Amino acid sequence: MKKLTIAGHEFDSRLFLGTGKFSSNALMEQAILASGTQMVTVAMKRIEMGDKDDDMLRHVTRPGIQLLPNTSGVRNAEEAVFAAQMAREAFATNWLKLEIHPDPRYLLPDSVETLKATEQLVKMGFVVLPYCQADPTLCKRLEEAGAATVMPLGAPIGTNKGLQTRDFLRIIIEQANVPVVVDAGIGAPSHAAEAMEMGASAVLVNTAIAVAGDPVQMAQAFKQAVEAGRAAYEAGLGAAGLTAAASSPLTAFLD
Amino acid sequence: MKISVNGKERECAENATINTVAQELQLPVKGVAVAVNNKMVPRAEWDSFTLHGHDRLTIIKAACGG
Repeated sequence: MKKLTIAGHEFDSRLFLGTGKFSSNALMEQAILASGTQMVTVAMKRIEMGDKDDDMLRHVTRPGIQLLPNTSGVRNAEEAVFAAQMAREAFATNWLKLEIHPDPRYLLPDSVETLKATEQLVKMGFVVLPYCQADPTLCKRLEEAGAATVMPLGAPIGTNKGLQTRDFLRIIIEQANVPVVVDAGIGAPSHAAEAMEMGASAVLVNTAIAVAGDPVQMAQAFKQAVEAGRAAYEAGLGAAGLTAAASSPLTAFLD
Repeated sequence: MKISVNGKERECAENATINTVAQELQLPVKGVAVAVNNKMVPRAEWDSFTLHGHDRLTIIKAACGG
């Protein structure tokens, strides 16, 4: 498989993992290892006094894994820039998953604020991976603003509904000059494989793995699906047709 | 003097720096960021950054999330 390159960095794995919703940090760590991922998201929260939490960073900080802090919780570009600065300081990386979704019911990204924040953050030296609507025009604008990837949604976060936006994802992939990472809504390995067969550069999966009966086995399943989908894309899928096309000789042994 | 840390009022010495508060709170060496009045202050400046009454500190650390 071809390596994935983002902002000059090469990745063997095309599966990005979110760290939310696991029942324990230990299980999350095992799932990360089983997935073979090299890109792991991390959120931020306010420290509470006397906090004796198990530090999640300890479970995700490994050689070969790029931390991808997100800006979850921000409502506009101004808050996103603040969160980005805090993330860069806390995690010593300028990589950023920009996500601005002020509406708590559907968690849909605010396109206007996302574009505005991308423009500012790129100028501030961040490697910006924006979570965005599956809007081909917006994705071009994000690319022009200097986004390192675009990360259009397949369906709303955590819904496990798969690639509801597939027709638009196809257009985005066709037009993009930066990697397209399908983020959100991927609920089954088959969804991930579909995105990869379509030519997506990578997928970001969280809920589907974290809430599975066996998250570690599900992480392996996603790893295989992403690899299979990518291999199929690189191999070149056959064209679909309406009428039958024989794959066995029809006249070889009967007169 | 009174300052606030993540929305909770806190007493600290006059002329305290961010470092003073960080030590009192036993903040880890890595994985945290501090802002004063919504402006991030790099760790390298904590020692020289003198706090004033009613300053609002925001201190964050890593959390699980997608």
